[in-house]
Amino acid sequence: MERHGLASYLIGFVLAVILTAVPFWLVYNHTLPPSRIMLIIAIAAVLQILVHLHFFLHINFTTTPKENLTAIAFTAVLIFLMVGGSLWIMIDLHQRMAI
Amino acid sequence: MNANVTAVPGHPHSEAPHSEAGAVHEQRELGFWLYLMGDAVLFALLFMTYCVMVGNTAGGPTGKQLFSLNNAAIETALLLVSSTTFGFASLSSRQGNRPAVLGWLAITFLLGAGFVFLEIREFLGMIHAGAGPDRSGFLSAFFTLVGTHGTHVSVGLTWILILSGQVALKGLSLSVTSRLFRLGLFWHFLDIAWVGIFSVVYLPGLL
Repeated sequence: MERHGLASYLIGFVLAVILTAVPFWLVYNHTLPPSRIMLIIAIAAVLQILVHLHFFLHINFTTTPKENLTAIAFTAVLIFLMVGGSLWIMIDLHQRMAI
Repeated sequence: MNANVTAVPGHPHSEAPHSEAGAVHEQRELGFWLYLMGDAVLFALLFMTYCVMVGNTAGGPTGKQLFSLNNAAIETALLLVSSTTFGFASLSSRQGNRPAVLGWLAITFLLGAGFVFLEIREFLGMIHAGAGPDRSGFLSAFFTLVGTHGTHVSVGLTWILILSGQVALKGLSLSVTSRLFRLGLFWHFLDIAWVGIFSVVYLPGLL
């Protein structure tokens, strides 16, 4: 089997279908409480992004060049700071304004 | 340049890393990767803006009234299948199978075009219903985020057409397979952005 062969894309596709079908099905049915469904949507999204990175973009710790991994790590830190920081400020502001 | 470059189009990663052409490919891959990471920051900030604005409907319609779960599901399916068929195009390119590359690129293009069609139809329907981007902060953020993704997909479609022309005319030379590899990165990246959109916009909106 080649390193990034057919199996990689097919496994990735099947996993992505499952991780998409579960949250769509839960929203379609409304059987669980909304907070529980939100949690499952978030977990499925994070898992699916990892599936895409691994099986479609072939990001791994052996063949991916080190510079590319550094760029991903740096981007993740930037996103965490900017998105997390902005949401923190805006939600805090929203609560203070609501009083 | 290698005489047998067209005969044995290597996958960029399996290219001899110390050959001059392989080194050029790796530099371009890194450069394109840095662009994609910049795009990831752009999308992350648009997601953040949407999360801040989602409640600001200004008395106008909410996501629950506007979004269609079926439409979002079909769009998701089209984009996911197109990501997989692009993978098949990459595999065919490594095997040097030019007709298969063109076939898979054509299927990827049709799936992506179907996605853009559904998105434009959704946008026009919302605008006709008085829920355009000028209606509320929520809708401004919605159109900016989803529209930016749709614009990226449209650019990707144009790129698929151009590269299909190059594959047809120039064959699977090292420079063409190298471009195909970067287009693949772009296309798979857009599917990741879409995972964020249905998980942040459509599913929570319809909950």
